[in-house]
Amino acid sequence: MMEQNQSKAPMASHGLPQNGKRKPLNLRNEEVSMEVRGLNLYYGSDRALKDISMVIPKKRVTAFIGPSGCGKSTLLRCFNRMNDLIDICRIEGEIKIDQQDIYHPSVDVPELRRKVGMVFQKPNPFPKSIYENIAYGLRLQGVKNRRKLDEVVENSLRRAALWDEVKDRLNDNAFGLSGGQQQRLVIARAIAIEPEVILLDEPCSALDPISTAKVEELIIDLKETYTIVIVTHNMQQAARVSDFTAYMYLGELIEYDDTAKLFTNPAQKATEDYITGRYG
Amino acid sequence: MEKHFEQHISRQFNQELEMLRQDVMAMGGMAEEMVREALTALVDGDTARAQQVIDMDDEVNQMEKDIDAQCNMILARRQPTASDLRLVLAIIKTVNDLERVGDEAERIAKIAVGLADTDRPRGNYHELESMGVTVRGMLHDALDGFVRLVPEVAMALVREDEKVDAEYEGLLRQYYTHLVEDPRSTRRVLDCIWIARSLERIGDHAKNIGEYIIYLVEGKDLRHSPRDEMERTLMNEDKKSDDQ
Repeated sequence: MMEQNQSKAPMASHGLPQNGKRKPLNLRNEEVSMEVRGLNLYYGSDRALKDISMVIPKKRVTAFIGPSGCGKSTLLRCFNRMNDLIDICRIEGEIKIDQQDIYHPSVDVPELRRKVGMVFQKPNPFPKSIYENIAYGLRLQGVKNRRKLDEVVENSLRRAALWDEVKDRLNDNAFGLSGGQQQRLVIARAIAIEPEVILLDEPCSALDPISTAKVEELIIDLKETYTIVIVTHNMQQAARVSDFTAYMYLGELIEYDDTAKLFTNPAQKATEDYITGRYG
Repeated sequence: MEKHFEQHISRQFNQELEMLRQDVMAMGGMAEEMVREALTALVDGDTARAQQVIDMDDEVNQMEKDIDAQCNMILARRQPTASDLRLVLAIIKTVNDLERVGDEAERIAKIAVGLADTDRPRGNYHELESMGVTVRGMLHDALDGFVRLVPEVAMALVREDEKVDAEYEGLLRQYYTHLVEDPRSTRRVLDCIWIARSLERIGDHAKNIGEYIIYLVEGKDLRHSPRDEMERTLMNEDKKSDDQ
């Protein structure tokens, strides 16, 4: 326990302690946010996820990488039951968030999705003003107090590093923002309802390098407060922002380790072949 | 470099790594040649040959810069990971050691020029020549291990280096005796001490390259580790590959 505290304490917001040295991370020393056990997922008769067991550490960034069709987005969508929307999808095994099985019949799915927010590849702001995009979730929860709404809108936009760019045009339509700004707006909207976990499904694949850098900065800032899981095709992005990386292939979890370890000295040859761009 | 480094989807990247490999080998070959030629120049009192070695050092220096530039390019453009990253890092470090080997050979050659017109000692520098054969062999083994990705070479180099260190100590004692017995030979003996020192350093550089091979193949940094730790690591890796 002592060791765990020591290894975490010097971590600044960028995952590096003040002296710039990074200690190796070990999943066993991490506080658990979500736990997957024996997860199998079928699309009809196709088994898309094969016996996945893993823990997602709290207030860390965990990246899922792997070739198209390896199941990383499918796995990500399991964490807030987005796969429920697909008729032919069937799930075995369990996923626990804070010790609670999220697939238990008693689970209130909208409440789960409040707790586990999600951001998609293409920014999807509502066709409303910037202000209303952020306030929407709170209004749904019945918050009417204008001052409270103003406060949450400002805080969320500040946390998403967007406030300075939009503070003078909060009532403009959100579609007027650039792609990168829209993506940060969507992240601000996710933060506004104070989730515990934020799922990001290729959040930068439609963005230019500057906007990508801003979103990556944001991800690193946000992990102080939230558990973040990101699916990305950009391996350098996974290497830059994540603390842990999971490599998946054909529905299986091949390797899951400290990002620094996985990108410098992976244990599995399959991981090595993928991250170095070799024929598998 | 075994097949492993020829299997990228990007053929361009394969070619870049292959060129890099060839350049490191060429540089290593030249450093090795410099050591051989410098000692021959010493033994034969051949100043022209010594001058060639001195000229070769400029080439080796240029090779170091060229290889570093290629590595920079690969880091910037390819963002290598895992074994590719370790290969580039190991090469950057290896060429640094090879460049220093070149410097040591150049130093020996310069001394050889100075000694050419002095009296030959009785043994005609055979003790230095023999030490030179050992360290050149180490250098050769290090480069061979680098190409074939054989980390076990590192262990042999550590053992050889210990022998070279002992030989160096022995030579120093011998030279000190000469100094006392025959003060007229002071200049020559001091020069011999410098040469022995250079050869001992070349052994160290070869040993360093061995350590980079371990890093390249196993991903473990065993520099400055005790010898038994290195042995343990290599044995464990053997066991693992046997199990598979």
